Amino acid sequence: MSREKMEYDVVIVGGGPSGLTTAIKLKQLNSDLNICILEKASEIGAHILSGNVFETRALDELFPNWKELNAPIKTKVTKEKFLFLSKTKSLSWPTWLLPTVQQNHKNYIISLANLCRWLAEQAESLGVEIFPGFPASEILYNENGSVKGVATQDMGVDKDGNKKDSFEPGIELLGKVTVFAEGCRGHLGKQLIKKFELDKEKDPQQYGIGFKEIWEIEDKNHQEGLVIHSAGWPLDNSTYGGSFIYHAENKQIFLGYVIGLDYKNPHLSPFDEFQRFKTHPAIKKMIEGGKRISYGARALIEGGLQSLPKMFMPGALLIGCDAGTLNMPKIKGSHTAMKSGIIAAEAINEHMKNDKDLSNFEEKFKQSWLYDELYKARNVKPSFSWGLILGIIFTGIDQILFRGKLPFTLRHKHADHQTLKSAKEMPKIDYPKPDNILTFDKTSSVYLTGTNHADNQPVHLKLKDPNLPISYTLEEYDEPAQRYCPAGVYEVQTENNINKFVINSQNCIHCKTCDIKEPSQNITWVTPEGGGGPRYGNM
Amino acid sequence: MKILVAVKRVIDYNVQIRVKEDNSGVVTDNVKMSTNPPDDNAIEEAVKIKEAGKAKEVVAVSVGEEKAQETVRKALAVGADRGILVKVDGVIEPLAVSKILKKIVEKEKPDLVLMGKQAIDDDCNQTGQMLAALLNWPQATFASKIEVKEKSLEVTREVDEGLETIEVNVPAIVTCDLRLNEPRYASLPNIMKAKKKPIEQISAEDLGVDVKSRIEQIKVEEPPKRKAGIKVASVEELVQKLKNEAKVI
Repeated sequence: MSREKMEYDVVIVGGGPSGLTTAIKLKQLNSDLNICILEKASEIGAHILSGNVFETRALDELFPNWKELNAPIKTKVTKEKFLFLSKTKSLSWPTWLLPTVQQNHKNYIISLANLCRWLAEQAESLGVEIFPGFPASEILYNENGSVKGVATQDMGVDKDGNKKDSFEPGIELLGKVTVFAEGCRGHLGKQLIKKFELDKEKDPQQYGIGFKEIWEIEDKNHQEGLVIHSAGWPLDNSTYGGSFIYHAENKQIFLGYVIGLDYKNPHLSPFDEFQRFKTHPAIKKMIEGGKRISYGARALIEGGLQSLPKMFMPGALLIGCDAGTLNMPKIKGSHTAMKSGIIAAEAINEHMKNDKDLSNFEEKFKQSWLYDELYKARNVKPSFSWGLILGIIFTGIDQILFRGKLPFTLRHKHADHQTLKSAKEMPKIDYPKPDNILTFDKTSSVYLTGTNHADNQPVHLKLKDPNLPISYTLEEYDEPAQRYCPAGVYEVQTENNINKFVINSQNCIHCKTCDIKEPSQNITWVTPEGGGGPRYGNM
Repeated sequence: MKILVAVKRVIDYNVQIRVKEDNSGVVTDNVKMSTNPPDDNAIEEAVKIKEAGKAKEVVAVSVGEEKAQETVRKALAVGADRGILVKVDGVIEPLAVSKILKKIVEKEKPDLVLMGKQAIDDDCNQTGQMLAALLNWPQATFASKIEVKEKSLEVTREVDEGLETIEVNVPAIVTCDLRLNEPRYASLPNIMKAKKKPIEQISAEDLGVDVKSRIEQIKVEEPPKRKAGIKVASVEELVQKLKNEAKVI
């Protein structure tokens, strides 16, 4: 059956900071262009989750008058702290001893979801067509192998693949250029990297899982504009990670935790580490008497320049976290994602006007401050493979003394799915039970995300080998999916002494961690029916 | 036949509702909004009747703030022909909505008014009934099946005892149950087409309707937290607890 087709100059996959910025910049450069954005969430912002302390550099370039346009960027960072935590103590590191990349006094505490909603309004007022609720599920190619566009998901298919009465076939969106801006571990981006060998001669990509909760806390504990980061407890020296606590407006704090997905112990549960972190005396006293109002989690991309794939290919660009432009020592990816969108728009505009090929993206990227930033940042994340303490010492030398200009580049040696050790070799971790005041279980947490997927649809978490979880992964790694999934999607149930691997795909909050961490790469995340997934508010 | 369908913009049914700190209402800032689910059934039914050749035009109407236009647009994307938005800011009660709808009915002269049986935000379940009373039209509420006849409708109603089938003469008001049908998806090409369909904007003042609240809201509170359950060892223990602790038997 042939699908309906719609033609555009530029088709953008993903309505996050990089995709929206590309669309806006393109319209600013040439208002005649026809541009559409496909977004899998039910509305723009609903799948966006980020800290977020925002550097305005890219936004200043896109909208120098963003203040007059009433952008939702209001809370200036007024005070900063960096804490080293031991089990009961906390040691505050003087801010002046922090590398400049970790200083935030010019930045703002924002909700990235709200910023995206605002960017979407700007884009629409410039004439960009935005289609929330329509995931791009398939890449379309021309006969010569170049990217032709994407197709949206069929709607109204039951779990056995039969068409329901409400069946609505997907349609083909064809673009002169297609921009993939799906965010970290985009499922189409992953296919493009493989097909066009975009990661040839690059290091394996590195990822982390980030959690975020929004708390409304007591007035006396709240200090609008305060930014706190921590390292140390509850993680051991060999596990990469840390927390963020941002005091936003309206007595809210954005409380989060990031753990590198290169952790080794299959018994580790990132979710429970985050929950446990909140019981530290220094944190507990801040949130006690408060109320948790939001929860979410999302994988983030940490590999930096060594792992950054080539971002152009025939007919398409791969930008933002879909490629991996996050600046790890800054713990910021929004301004870099937006800058990659600006560069993409400039490259596409030239490409259309002068019939240049899209490799001009690479030239522009290398001349930009984005490249400069990522170059200086490149050695920080790999140094932490030596452990927290050596990592910090090295980072001090690299970032403070040499400002990122050391004459060598450290490599990432392993992909995250290769780092787990056998369950028998590693210590079990005894996590405390949730108290439902400060700490919670996954079920009540997922409830806060407003996650829903239409009933009776095909499972969107595909197993290459459906027997592997029980026949191999359970024995070797105690099936870590039960623990690395922040939404309780995966369970091993035992009935009459027979183990069964259960996938509760309706709980999936689209973080992509399973697709990254599964030791045999046996799980593939694909797009569910449009509009499914979390409904995040101001995350 | 001409069909008027009333649609309401409400907080999406998947969103976890949060009460404002000052107990003045629920948080709606940056919250995902959608069409009231049974209103989707009402639109679907209207479009189905039209597709069966039994109606000529489907008009979608919403009463609410500027953004309720999105809800009307959604109705247009699944098959309504044109839209009307009656602009009112703030909370508006069922009586005022039915008075506004009465004015629209007088203007549009539909043969059938369809709407959801109730809205999932205030759960009032009043607007359809009040509109029927104001217009002095027959009403069929909680419809799970509608059959269009020559000058009447055969409507199956979801009632406590089971199903009740009644016949009403047109013009009539029918309020729709979720069991009525399965609403279709809005396809991308139809969303595009809907952008070109007209939406007429009117204000409540233009219609001469007083939308003042008649109900004073004292406060909004979360329901009390459910206490953790316990496991009982035997039937005797259960009966004893129901008698002495829960005092329900």
